[in-house]
Amino acid sequence: MAARLAHRRSRILREKAIELLLFLAAMVSVFTTIGIVYVLVKESVVFFQHVPLLDFLTDTQWTPLFDDAHFGIVVLLSGTLTSSLVALAIAIPLGTLIAIYLSEFAPFSVREVAKPFLELLGGVPTIIYGYFALLFVTPILQWFYPELPGFNLLSAGIVMGIMIVPYVASISEDAMRAVPMSLREGSYAMGATRFQTAVNVVVPAAFSGIASAYILGISRAVGETMILAVAAGMQPNLTFNPLEPAATITAFIVQVALGDLPHGSVGYQTIFAAGLTLMLFTLACNVAGHVLRKTFREAY
Amino acid sequence: MAKAEAKGLSFYYGEYRALKDLNLVVHENRVTALIGPSGCGKSTFLRCFNRMHDLYPGNRYEGEIVLHPDNANLLAPTVDPIEVRMRLSMVFQKPNPFPKSIFENVAYGLRVRGERSRRALADKVEVALRGAALWDEVKDRLQELAFNLSGGQQQRLCIARALATDPELLLFDEPTSSLDPIATASIEELITELKQHVTILIVTHNMQQAARVSDYTAYMYLGELIEFGVTDELFIKPRNKQTEDYITGRFG
Repeated sequence: MAARLAHRRSRILREKAIELLLFLAAMVSVFTTIGIVYVLVKESVVFFQHVPLLDFLTDTQWTPLFDDAHFGIVVLLSGTLTSSLVALAIAIPLGTLIAIYLSEFAPFSVREVAKPFLELLGGVPTIIYGYFALLFVTPILQWFYPELPGFNLLSAGIVMGIMIVPYVASISEDAMRAVPMSLREGSYAMGATRFQTAVNVVVPAAFSGIASAYILGISRAVGETMILAVAAGMQPNLTFNPLEPAATITAFIVQVALGDLPHGSVGYQTIFAAGLTLMLFTLACNVAGHVLRKTFREAY
Repeated sequence: MAKAEAKGLSFYYGEYRALKDLNLVVHENRVTALIGPSGCGKSTFLRCFNRMHDLYPGNRYEGEIVLHPDNANLLAPTVDPIEVRMRLSMVFQKPNPFPKSIFENVAYGLRVRGERSRRALADKVEVALRGAALWDEVKDRLQELAFNLSGGQQQRLCIARALATDPELLLFDEPTSSLDPIATASIEELITELKQHVTILIVTHNMQQAARVSDYTAYMYLGELIEFGVTDELFIKPRNKQTEDYITGRFG
């Protein structure tokens, strides 16, 4: 009796069907991204038919909802940049120090307890951070500096920094833990202390991972919405002074999205132009992070 | 002349006794080799000398390693391991240059010791690189990243790093196990030259290497020191049957 060796049609079909299903699942995120970019660009194109790109980039006023409308994105960008810088000034030093402690100094038992707590801090809803900034941090700051307005970039930035610390610390710590023990031993064998080893050998060796932690922190700061909407005020204000209130790109989008603007009006389209700006900004961050990682790739 | 002496040395990884009552003399300006099959404790023994085991919790020493001429026990609880490592240097199994320039790799130990003067640093780095037979190959690229060097060059860089601080005792932990035969030959030649000035203790899994470079050889097995003697004698007519089986290749 001859055994059957030919292909079975039903099996081939089934395999193909499964492959197609898996392919579609994988494509969902790709199509979503493409869809988002498509909508952003399409609406922005309409926006830029009404507002010249040059005005958008150079105007120093942002009053899209007034009769005398101005569309200077710089105004919102200044709020985003200032609050992000405050946040990074907190998150980068603190996050790096925590990572150095956890990776190089903390005994096993401390690390096992501290890391979940740190990650818990990253899971606090941002709206809670927002009220924390408005009702707790701002009054404390006003105690030191009474002229500080109730809404200000400083308080929002500080709290945003606290929010980002866990990300920076956690990713930096992973990168530092990945540095092989032989490199540390080489340093210790030369008579170096723990701190000298951490700063002179481990941090440089883990630099690409640490840099991507910083970049991720920047992306989070730039895209953060709630803390700023709650604690920094929503008035567009061209300023780099963290002691003043100011609206950020994200806060503006919230504000417009909440209001009842007629669909298709220029005011409505501004949020797409603002959104596109934000996306280009974070894209630039990610590309910079990618380049950094390539340049400082670990070669142990 | 004895440079260092292990006296009744035992070592414990937690409860496990990895070294059992070792006694060994490391002679000054000589090369002493530690040989034996994998897991015999030769690297563990070597790492007792510069207190590397202190880096990990749960390790314990018993007995003494006496460093001459101080006549001080390196393992005493009152002795700071960092002070010990300031006087001894170590070269590891795999080259482990730091993510720094060639110059900074060699200068590392000097900087750790607080040397600030550019002049002194440059001089000592040059002397160390010459000592490690690497100067001519790297003198024009001292600012390049050390990772750009070949494996053999990296290992010689690590030797230069170890030499830069004028160590009293140089520890080698299977320094050629990741290198090709040509690089291995150059490291062996270097070790032979270095013993004019430095006392060397070397762990090797390669018996021919021990026979080629060392003046004294210790054969270890299962944490015990089976036989210790002048290399030529130990290889030609070992007193112990186990040693003979190992060096003739019947075992290990």
